Amino acid sequence: MSDYVLETRDLVKHFPLTQGIVFKKQIGAVRAVDGVNLQLRRGETLGVVGESGCGKSTLARMLVGLETPTSGDLFVQGRNMAKVGAEERRRGRRNIQLVMQDPYTSLNPRMTVGDIIGEPFEVHPDVVPKGQRRRKVQELLELVGLNPEHINRYPHQFSGGQRQRIGIARALALNPEIILCDEPVSALDVSIQAQVINLLEKLQNELGLSYIFIAHDLSVVRHIADRVAVMYLGKIVEIGTEDEIYETPTHPYTQALLSAVPVPDPTLRGQRDQIVLTGDVPSPANPPSGCRFRTRCWKAQDICAEQEPLLEVRDKSGHPSACHFAEVRDVVHATE
Amino acid sequence: MSDLTSAGAAVGGAPVGGDGPTTEATTGGDGKERSASLWADARRQLVRDPVFVIAALYILVVGSMAAFPKLWTSQDPRACSTDRSRIGPSWEHPFGFDLLGCDYYAHAIYGARPSMVIAVMATSAIVIVGGLLGLLAGYYGGWVDTIISRVMDIFFSLPFLLGAIVFLTVIKRQNIWTITMVLFLLAWPTIARIIRGSVISSKDLDYVHAAKAVGARNSRLMFRHVLPNAIAPMLVYATIVLGSFVAAEATLTFLGVGLQPPAQSWGIMISAHQVYFLEDPWLLLFPCGLLIGTVLSFILMGDALRDALDPKFR
Amino acid sequence: MSTDVNVKLDALPGLDPNALPLEVKNLQVEFRTRNGIAHAVNGVSFDVRAGETRAILGESGCGKSVTAQAIMGILDSPPGFITGGEILYRGVDLLKLPEAQRRKVRANRIAMIFQDALSALNPVFTVGFQLAELFRKHRGMSRQDAKARAVELLDLVKIPAAKQRVNDYPHQFSGGMRQRVMIAMALALDPEVLIADEPTTALDVTVQAQIMALLAELQQERNMALVLITHDMGVVADVADRISVMYAGRVIEEAGVNDIYASPAHPYTKGLLESIPRLDLKGQELSAIKGLPPALTNIPPGCAFNPRCRYAQDVCRQNPGPPLYQVTPSRTSACHFWREVKGDE
Repeated sequence: MSDYVLETRDLVKHFPLTQGIVFKKQIGAVRAVDGVNLQLRRGETLGVVGESGCGKSTLARMLVGLETPTSGDLFVQGRNMAKVGAEERRRGRRNIQLVMQDPYTSLNPRMTVGDIIGEPFEVHPDVVPKGQRRRKVQELLELVGLNPEHINRYPHQFSGGQRQRIGIARALALNPEIILCDEPVSALDVSIQAQVINLLEKLQNELGLSYIFIAHDLSVVRHIADRVAVMYLGKIVEIGTEDEIYETPTHPYTQALLSAVPVPDPTLRGQRDQIVLTGDVPSPANPPSGCRFRTRCWKAQDICAEQEPLLEVRDKSGHPSACHFAEVRDVVHATE
Repeated sequence: MSDLTSAGAAVGGAPVGGDGPTTEATTGGDGKERSASLWADARRQLVRDPVFVIAALYILVVGSMAAFPKLWTSQDPRACSTDRSRIGPSWEHPFGFDLLGCDYYAHAIYGARPSMVIAVMATSAIVIVGGLLGLLAGYYGGWVDTIISRVMDIFFSLPFLLGAIVFLTVIKRQNIWTITMVLFLLAWPTIARIIRGSVISSKDLDYVHAAKAVGARNSRLMFRHVLPNAIAPMLVYATIVLGSFVAAEATLTFLGVGLQPPAQSWGIMISAHQVYFLEDPWLLLFPCGLLIGTVLSFILMGDALRDALDPKFR
Repeated sequence: MSTDVNVKLDALPGLDPNALPLEVKNLQVEFRTRNGIAHAVNGVSFDVRAGETRAILGESGCGKSVTAQAIMGILDSPPGFITGGEILYRGVDLLKLPEAQRRKVRANRIAMIFQDALSALNPVFTVGFQLAELFRKHRGMSRQDAKARAVELLDLVKIPAAKQRVNDYPHQFSGGMRQRVMIAMALALDPEVLIADEPTTALDVTVQAQIMALLAELQQERNMALVLITHDMGVVADVADRISVMYAGRVIEEAGVNDIYASPAHPYTKGLLESIPRLDLKGQELSAIKGLPPALTNIPPGCAFNPRCRYAQDVCRQNPGPPLYQVTPSRTSACHFWREVKGDE
């Protein structure tokens, strides 16, 4: 069908807002994800960045099947998961697995590491025959850099970084094609983050995995992603290769976001283009008309309120951007 | 040098899993293999708690009376003769004789059974039924929860003692089964509510989502990941309920709507001899003592369990 | 704002107006837990000048927050105990002052903001009431004056429509606005020293930028000393003047901001810098520091970092650990091999 291992078309998730206890009446909807089109190629890493409330977590939950889309299509290896029955969807999850943010809450404290990593085999019994499961779990432990002898330990006997490795091993158990990493390192200490990032890169190279890497840390995303999508209030506002987004961003929100990230180099202090946004992100229950960023945008004109800018290539930067006035501005490097 | 940093270079030829056990792996456990689980910790704390040990021993004694009364007495509680009516305790007959001249000690031993059977049966029933309904209501939410919760509210609104008296008077058949039924009917909503709350708070935990993302079915999510969190509060409550059911049986019997003679139970012993308290107080003191001891033991065990299973009290 | 409170503070024995607003000397804090004694802070020293930003950089569990709590007197005790050292406010050792005076100094001269503003503010009172309460209690203002001052303060921290928002409850503010409210509360009594413990960690980057800009502006206006406690090397590079890097309860390196980033003189600092991805670099190699920080109940002998260190020799495993070597007149490093570390950059 296509060379995409995952594709979404106009994916939408609205959470109804209701009033009343017995007789519920819908009074509106939180438009958490509002028409997202993404493509993931085999073996690549797609970064999804945005601030809290931009819908990236809801998007993640839809991709792994924890949330059913309100509308739109979600193709995993050519099969439209939004249209198939519950049982097929359950089995289809095998191909897209999840690494969660918090290594302290994502592992069942009452289960041993062996049971946690082996659970996918019990859920999908045809993947590994019963007699070989324990050995397979030990192989997975070794693969993620843990001691296979620790198979009978409980999660609380491991550090945060080690627990994240356990979570990664669980995600790898079913030999998935795609791994969705939802803020996989943001709960870890700086010196441990690099260990986990390096592990994820190593696994990608060895196993040919495709990653969707959701994060708020733009520096980490630049390091690991091949392509990056920037989200704001439920929509993708700009998408492109890592270079296009970081070197030639064209959407004002991307520019503001990038300019706000501090760079660990004091000699650049005051040398970079600083855009300090005013105000807060509007409520996704009542987003602004037209361009959703216009209320905080310094470029906003009348047209921005009247007409929603499409995500399309507008200038010579060559990548899609949802801004009527898209234009390249380097905010990452020193401007002298 | 971190072997993880070198992993990048080793990628080319390294077989899967080739980079060996590593870096953090040795430090986590820190050598000291700490307690394996909540339950192991709890068990260790309980056996060191004298209150729990004494209460548990007491319950063990009463339990064995109920199960094997012959172990405790060779007397036949039904071998009565009125000429021995209300003779006080002696060496051969430690509790003396009751109004009808039956051996009071044997009566007390045989009287443990109905109380315990009713308490255990009614408690099992509320744990199973209440637990299941609470689990379904909490896990599925929506209309399932609405229906179950409204039914719970209706039963909650019935006053316990009054409800039991009315029920038992109306059905007019007062035996172990009907009393068990009535206790069950009036008490299940409490445990269902406990389970429901615990399920609601744990069904959105990250690790439940993680299992769901793997493709686990609802049954696995419920029984493997969600329900275990409810076991501890359920166990504590069930232990305390056992005690209150023993007391409830005695109360209903005393009021005349519970077991009826010639059945034997502590409640019957108390109700039959209430008027002789001033003359022969031991006729009341022995059954009351056994009853209070049993109820208190269950409650103390429940308290000790609660402390042992609550990590905050450590 | 020279009120009688300040007059009273002037009367502190040994108060030297020319001394530094905050100086910590050889501070030691331990936690007596059931699993043994956790040595959370083991001889931390640093100072901060008026108008200067001192960053205390370290990962979770390094003792940076405990240090701040000890300075503010909000250490959970028990299990935490200050077992040694001095905390000097303008030359006066707070730890030797009587409780009442100590509290007065802390309330008026040293303020602190926290990572989690929601739990630091009282949920059942309006922010206006909480701010006004400070003025009424510490400045003896009337209800009306105090309220007016509260509005001024919210204005100062750039909360839009301060006059209306003063009657809102903490949960009605967004994360960034709440942080502003907390800054307003901290600045209410014109402190000379502001301790900010991970003030922006819970915030989005664009909001972080707003808050850091606000802090910098207020600091400059008031010539305030700022102690910034954080794990974020990017934020530190942006705002700090001098940096103390902490590891396992010790300051292991201290230097001006440019020196540290250009040529770290301790393997831990160097490892941290090499392990963070940078926004402005493409295809960067990340080299992780192997292993984990030690448990504070079980700090290895010698240099606490030696099990993770690529420079470690036998001498690093022997007690006593490395002293603070003077690298240049203005910087120190607690590494026997600081020359090698710094040189092979």
